[in-house]
Amino acid sequence: MSLVEVTDIFQSYGARSILERVNLSVGEGEFVSIVGASGCGKSTFLRLLLDQERPTRGQITVDGAPLKGEPDRTRGIVFQRYSVFPHLTVQDNIVAAEGLSQPLGGLFGSVKRAARARADAVLERIGLAHVAGQYPAALSGGMQQRLAIAQALAAKPRILLLDEPFGALDPGTREQMHRFLQDLRGETKMTVFMVTHDLPEAFKLGDRVIVFDKTRWDPHDPAAFGATITYDFDARNGGIPYQLKEDQDGFPDPAPQSVA
Amino acid sequence: MRLINRHPGPAGRAALVALPFVLVGLAYAAASAARLAENPQDRILPSFATLGSTAWRLLTEEDRRSGEILFWGDTVSSLSLLGAGVGIAALIGLCLGLAIGLVPVVRTGLQGFVAVLSMIPPLAMLPILFITLGVGDTAKIALIAIGITPFLIRDLSARTLELPQEQLVKAQTLGASTLAIAVSVALPQIMPRLISAVRLSLGPAWLFLIAAEAVASEAGLGYRIFLVRRFLAMDVILTYVAWITVLAFLIDWGLARLSRWAYPWAEARG
Repeated sequence: MSLVEVTDIFQSYGARSILERVNLSVGEGEFVSIVGASGCGKSTFLRLLLDQERPTRGQITVDGAPLKGEPDRTRGIVFQRYSVFPHLTVQDNIVAAEGLSQPLGGLFGSVKRAARARADAVLERIGLAHVAGQYPAALSGGMQQRLAIAQALAAKPRILLLDEPFGALDPGTREQMHRFLQDLRGETKMTVFMVTHDLPEAFKLGDRVIVFDKTRWDPHDPAAFGATITYDFDARNGGIPYQLKEDQDGFPDPAPQSVA
Repeated sequence: MRLINRHPGPAGRAALVALPFVLVGLAYAAASAARLAENPQDRILPSFATLGSTAWRLLTEEDRRSGEILFWGDTVSSLSLLGAGVGIAALIGLCLGLAIGLVPVVRTGLQGFVAVLSMIPPLAMLPILFITLGVGDTAKIALIAIGITPFLIRDLSARTLELPQEQLVKAQTLGASTLAIAVSVALPQIMPRLISAVRLSLGPAWLFLIAAEAVASEAGLGYRIFLVRRFLAMDVILTYVAWITVLAFLIDWGLARLSRWAYPWAEARG
């Protein structure tokens, strides 16, 4: 039974076609990496999943129900930048995951104190307890993204969307963030979609790697045709493509190897 | 070394900051001395000694008729009008700025209207205000509020629109309603902008206040200046002008301090 069902999605901005005929079925708990060249519609696809934009044609359903037309708590998001609130301390950024759903967007009194205690526990686990009282601007890029992921997870979404979350980080910090994300995922078993430019990262973290590309190309009008999913790799065993398994029918699969 | 790479040291900085003030003071003293040497009764450029004694008299001596010190009465009267006008304008500017910046329906309905409103010269409205609201305090407060509200609305709505879209989406994925986003995401981030917008609009606010007081009033700093003008009392006028400058500077400085104290994250971001 699939959780997210994408059926014949088309998206265009005016005459500019971005996506065409995208079909995808993702089961609960899968980690889907999305790769492709710049401007091939990866981020557009993520915005469609988030319900920040509506497709020109086609439909996306989550758990059988079509999206409602605006983002909500079922789908969490981490952007490359601007994901945390600059006016809240690190601790209050975690509290906001509970507080913002209140009528005035905040908690008060004993409820707030309890939420802060829970936030402290979260910060302890993600290694940000020592900066709980500071503002995000004082944190490094890696710490800000760790905070952003923890904040998104604190709302307990069923689906987590990551838009190049580690794109602005240096290689060492990236490695740390990969381990952090894998640990968290092991605990929560949530469904994740991650857009990335980094192929090794896509295969290392994903159960599945899907590639967006244009199948038709008009040299006189590059914007005429949109991109679609051209490859869908099984990345669980070190990234052995579905295609390869089918082609080599009868031959033993290559030994699973870890890219980590 | 190129001029753009030269930075003054601590002593040089203090000297450079003081220099224009000293130069203006010296120029005034020289001009005043020259005029007084020609005519000791001259009232146009009183000496610093005369200014000092006038200031002391204004600050301490009671008015023979009312028994009150007019200087402080004028100050209280002007500051309360200014505070009321700016306060009302800030409140309206904040609410409408947030609504226009966050809610597309409000933005579509009001943006053009506010743009047109802000083109009306406020001083041209003064007679209308005096006719409709009378010549009392209400008209003066209204003039200040009308004068600076359009600027505040436009500035704050622009600042609200500048909030990264990512933050608003993020808040929605955490379950925030429009009201929750306005109160807990946009409002706190707009507050330091409100303070700096108010600082910028204090100049026009003083202008409208003094203009209104000059036309019709019974007290106030602007009223006094225009009253004693008839007697060519430059010493009183200069004292009042200097006092208004000090007040304006202190308010501006206080608001800057308030912003830094209440919104420390806004500094770190820059």
